Amino acid sequence: MRDSPPVVVRLVYLARLREALGSAGESLALPPGAPARVATVLETLRARGGAFAAELGPGRAVRVAVNHAMAQADDAVGEGDEVALFPPVTGG
Amino acid sequence: MSPDAADRAADVRVQAADFDVAAEIAALRAGDARVGAVATFVGTVRDVSEGAGVATLTLEHYPGMTEKSLQAIVDEAKRRFDVYGVRVVHRVGELAPADQIVLVAVTSAHRGDAFDACRFVMDYLKTQAPFWKKEATPQGARWVEARASDDAAAQRWRR
Repeated sequence: MRDSPPVVVRLVYLARLREALGSAGESLALPPGAPARVATVLETLRARGGAFAAELGPGRAVRVAVNHAMAQADDAVGEGDEVALFPPVTGG
Repeated sequence: MSPDAADRAADVRVQAADFDVAAEIAALRAGDARVGAVATFVGTVRDVSEGAGVATLTLEHYPGMTEKSLQAIVDEAKRRFDVYGVRVVHRVGELAPADQIVLVAVTSAHRGDAFDACRFVMDYLKTQAPFWKKEATPQGARWVEARASDDAAAQRWRR
């Protein structure tokens, strides 16, 4: 087994989610050995508990964009990717 | 510059400033006599939402993704419908009741494609473009919740 460094992504929190989490964003290192996917990012954040578990938990509508494109749970994330988390959009 | 290139250069704008609908239409038509139909939609701020008075409406967006997202919607509209030009102007920042929020303008040879493309762009914008509304009301500030009816409206165009 190779000893590869963890994938680090840049998180961006927007709108209501930014206020609820009290942060506009941060760097996140994914757990070593875990698949580098959107779902892993969400699981890693939920595991912190508190506002993260409450806001990103089951039944909460959270949208994710990877490098400015809408993404699904199974989509891959890579080193340095910008991963944005936000509520369903309400423009127009 | 050809009319097509001129249209494409100004397909989408995100700005704090208000827009002039007549000026936007004139720029989109650009004296192109192929145009036989212009359809526009203007979204404006209402003073009542969910039973509460609205003092101001603040629009947040995701810089970097917003313009790309709007351009992708415009490109898809041009692919699906027989249109000449499509323009989207969306405001951000703090707005007041009766202010203009968004403009979609479409030019085509005939009304059918102009109407359809205009509605398509708005239906997709409402569910895909990264904008969020926050209302200031007498009961405090609150984020506007997404509507299931907006998802249903966009779903109608799936194929």
